[in-house]
Amino acid sequence: MTSLFEEISPEPASDVPVRRVTLTLNGERRAAEIEPRLLLAHLLRQGFRLTGTHTGCDTTNCGACTVLFDGKPVKSCTVLAVQADGHEVLTVEGLAGASELHPIQEGFKDAHGLQCGFCTPGMMLTAKALLDENPNPTEDEVRWALSGNLCRCTGYQNIVKAVLWAAAKQRGE
Amino acid sequence: MYPSRFRYEAPRSLDEAIALLHEGGGEAKVLAGGQSLIPLMKLRFASPELLVDINEIGDLDYIQVGSDGALHIGALCRHAHLERSSMLTSTQPTMAAAAPLIADPIVRNRGTLVGSLCHADPQGDWASVVVALGGHVIARGPAGQRAIPVSQFVSGPFQNVLAYDEIAVEAVIPAAKGEPAGGYLKLERRVGDFATVGVAVAVERSGGSISRAGIALTGVGASTIDAVDASQALVGAPLDVERIAHAADLAAQAAQPRTDHRGSAAYKRQIVRTFVVRLLNRVADSADRAA
Repeated sequence: MTSLFEEISPEPASDVPVRRVTLTLNGERRAAEIEPRLLLAHLLRQGFRLTGTHTGCDTTNCGACTVLFDGKPVKSCTVLAVQADGHEVLTVEGLAGASELHPIQEGFKDAHGLQCGFCTPGMMLTAKALLDENPNPTEDEVRWALSGNLCRCTGYQNIVKAVLWAAAKQRGE
Repeated sequence: MYPSRFRYEAPRSLDEAIALLHEGGGEAKVLAGGQSLIPLMKLRFASPELLVDINEIGDLDYIQVGSDGALHIGALCRHAHLERSSMLTSTQPTMAAAAPLIADPIVRNRGTLVGSLCHADPQGDWASVVVALGGHVIARGPAGQRAIPVSQFVSGPFQNVLAYDEIAVEAVIPAAKGEPAGGYLKLERRVGDFATVGVAVAVERSGGSISRAGIALTGVGASTIDAVDASQALVGAPLDVERIAHAADLAAQAAQPRTDHRGSAAYKRQIVRTFVVRLLNRVADSADRAA
């Protein structure tokens, strides 16, 4: 259980509305007491200390804060944390198994799909949703799917290669 | 960025949601996809006291053809749902062309067509598409429901005619009487940016001539522009080069673009002309191929 109000005070002021939310986060049931105005990105980062979800632009542009919400990519800076009540959220921390990387993570490593790494969690989660829906995408389909995630380092070439690498690996090729 | 404080309710029925809006007395907002409202709240351009989240209401995520042949799009039908709809591809070429151009793929997983109409951003793409198709919005409030033509639904930039305790429950596209054709073109600086210019063209063909036409413009005025004169110029005759050029000129005249960081007014007007020509040429080419 985690409480999250103003970061400076551990207790809410008496006039602050508080809601209890219960969600499935990376496969585990988690609960939190939060203010309705808290954004999902902040609940993940400050509430659950899952800092793999990056907040970039904070204006629904860059896609760095992308997580999977009931299996679909959403920008967690543009979803209220209370909206996750009763839903499933997957962050980058939920990708890898206990002992091995997810094929998409392997792909990003093998194809050098990152430089600074800031956009990488969002890229990988968007890629996961794509491959869950379409296990054998064309390069165009990968580029289209990733067009809501901005990278300022790589020029996207190796990111696309990484996703195609992961797709081939998941197909057993 | 945090929104200012608000009370949050997630009702399970439309009646409950309408009662909450009524109780909110004009200080409440409906939250559907949230892809415009939440950014506005974070920037404090909007600070509702009560947020009525309709996402937990079942049965609002649909796109279906009614017994009247009209297309009904529920309040929670996301852009992604429309983008993937094979029914749209075969029956609604203008909508099918616009769906993949809304925002970016991640935003499309949350944002809704009806919410986009309500938000009434002059740069919103769906309003032009639905205006061109002659659609309307069904609003439901404590006194019952009413149909509002989209051309009257938007009353200005970021303004619609809904009463404070009404919810837009669906958008309706009337059944085409002729064979539907058309498309949507959008000039944007990059994926996810607002339209520099968008043009929606929706026509119906019967017996080799145009029986109905709608042309609407995005991003070149204080609200969506219904280029009525341009549409009327097409009706009652086959499409030919002169008629297409004439309609494009009338549409460019109807535009009220302003010079800004996305381009000069003259440039945007020229894009309107070019897009109308391109879209109508495609319609003419497809008719030639069919013939």
